[in-house]
Amino acid sequence: MKKMPFAEFFRNNGPVMGSLLIGLVGFWLIFLILLPQLSMLDYSFRFNLPPAELGGPKDVYTLSNYEHLLYGSDETKQSFNTVDLKVFVRTIIAAIIVTIFNIVLCYPLAYFLGQAKGAGMARLLVVLLIIPYWINEILRAFALRIIFGETGLLNEALMFLHLASEPIDFIRQDVALYAGLGYAYILLMLFPMYNVIESLDRNQIEAARDMGASWLHIHRRIVIPHAKPGIASGSTMVFMLSAGALAAPQILGGPSSLWFTQLVYQWFNDSLNWQQGAAYAIVLLVSTIAIVLTFMKIFKVNMGDIGK
Amino acid sequence: MSSGVAVDLENITIRFGDFTAVKDANVNIKGGDFFSFLGPSGCGKTTILRAVSGFLEPSEGRVLIGGNDMAGIGPNKRPTALIFQNLALFPLMTVWENIAFSMEVAGASAKERRKRADELLDMIALPGQGDKLPSELSGGQKQRVAIARALCANPDVLLLDEPLSALDLKLRQHMRTELREIQKRVGITFIYITHDQGEALTMSDNVAVMKAGIIDQIASGHEIYDDPATPFVASFVGENNVFRGKIKSIDGGHAIISTNRSGDLVARITPAQVGNLAVGDEAMMFVRPEAFEVAPEQGSTGQNLVSAKAVNEEFEGNSFSVFLEGDGGKLIKMSVPNLGQDRISTQGHDLTLRYEPSNAVVMPAGELASE
Repeated sequence: MKKMPFAEFFRNNGPVMGSLLIGLVGFWLIFLILLPQLSMLDYSFRFNLPPAELGGPKDVYTLSNYEHLLYGSDETKQSFNTVDLKVFVRTIIAAIIVTIFNIVLCYPLAYFLGQAKGAGMARLLVVLLIIPYWINEILRAFALRIIFGETGLLNEALMFLHLASEPIDFIRQDVALYAGLGYAYILLMLFPMYNVIESLDRNQIEAARDMGASWLHIHRRIVIPHAKPGIASGSTMVFMLSAGALAAPQILGGPSSLWFTQLVYQWFNDSLNWQQGAAYAIVLLVSTIAIVLTFMKIFKVNMGDIGK
Repeated sequence: MSSGVAVDLENITIRFGDFTAVKDANVNIKGGDFFSFLGPSGCGKTTILRAVSGFLEPSEGRVLIGGNDMAGIGPNKRPTALIFQNLALFPLMTVWENIAFSMEVAGASAKERRKRADELLDMIALPGQGDKLPSELSGGQKQRVAIARALCANPDVLLLDEPLSALDLKLRQHMRTELREIQKRVGITFIYITHDQGEALTMSDNVAVMKAGIIDQIASGHEIYDDPATPFVASFVGENNVFRGKIKSIDGGHAIISTNRSGDLVARITPAQVGNLAVGDEAMMFVRPEAFEVAPEQGSTGQNLVSAKAVNEEFEGNSFSVFLEGDGGKLIKMSVPNLGQDRISTQGHDLTLRYEPSNAVVMPAGELASE
């Protein structure tokens, strides 16, 4: 006899509660994730037609939206759309840099929090790290803008200390943007790392030390391999969210630097060309997923590990 | 073969804030000795081990290994190897990488490491298991891998922190024998931490019994059992019946103690306390359950006779434990070897128990092990 799916789940939760829970999960998956994405996919292959022509003879599938991203024009394929492609590449590279920056910044902190003996102190520190995130993302970006502004806190401090003779334009130099992006999702890197490092048996570190291992060797051979799933999980989230961020680039980005999501936003909002915007969004989604999968392959991380 | 390196602890005191974990410990461990620290949990024995391995510095006193002062020398620079209670094998490395980790640290080539690991795997009777992960091994096999890993660096002293406590009884007994054999084969000094007196007595050349940071006695297992230095040692190591009372008279190596509930009884003064007892002192006398026997002449009285009623009996396999109630409700335990089928139960009978005065020890009253 074929085994009923979720048979045990139903036995444990009863038919009513079981159906309700599975129904809710199904609703979430289908209506909140799957259908919106599918409709985006559908949009991206259609022409931007006036309402009267929808469903008419002109309403057919097309690759023109994708061709626009590549060539900048629907008709000729003479030259590449360097403006948009540059923004795309820059966004991906910048998101990778932000991710690496977060790994480097969070690893020592996560190690300290996870292995510190005075657990009370570590808990307090975690709370202090969380509190700023009670404030809305946009407000935090504005706060950073104030700090990095021409007459902002940082410039004032640098001038006061005579480290700079005139205000540095952190906004135009994209320093504010990178700082803002790094800061926006840093907890998503910290917590997965902290969780895995905390679960590392301290005796393993002592055993390695007892056998003569240097500090570097202990981290390279014991701590980092153990923390790999957490690092992978944090990196995936930070990379995906940074590449898809809108608020921070909008508020902290310099006048000349565009983030790819801003292009998507413009297509949807300013040009009212949802079809074109959807194509851009799909390209970003597929590329980031491909990049994440490639990195997972390189660093030998399993999909199951990321969920840990 | 090395002859082993001596470890000396000189006036070691270790404090954590206001708490004194170890107080003025003096221990001289001979090279090549199998030496155990035995005591209940929280007595400071692990703290001593950590001071020897270098994970903590004593607040006062010196640790000498092979006559060299170890002050300021970190655990990675000491000629010791530590086996942790939970073994602390590296789960993401293969068995052979685990074993050869100390060589990896020293920069040995993979080929050299593999060769040494295979030799050690042969020694611990796990040939060909090098490519497995620790999680694929049984409890006893992991145990042996941990030993091999510790021995790989050719340490002068091997430190073991209750490594057998996670194993089941049969395996634990087997590993005791095996550990002892390995120690004899490699000839280095073993320092073993345990709360299990069976482990300490069977494996060790010498045992230090600890209580609340203080070493009560250092002696061979035999002496610890037969000539306990303090009431704590007498009650912690093995089982014992304690009789409280006052010293009535002293004659050479023996004393008569006027017990609170069981009349006047005679016992040997324990060697460590000769000269420390005077007439009228509060004292404790200890008689082991197996030292009692049913007296040939029932109903008589004497200074090595105790009358009691057998109230309960437990079958232990190789022996019976008989629980008796003496005068004034005094509880006494007697152990009777199981010699076969024709034994008559004593349950419910009033009995006169007899012991050989040389098998009973008396000492100044003091703190007993809890339970």
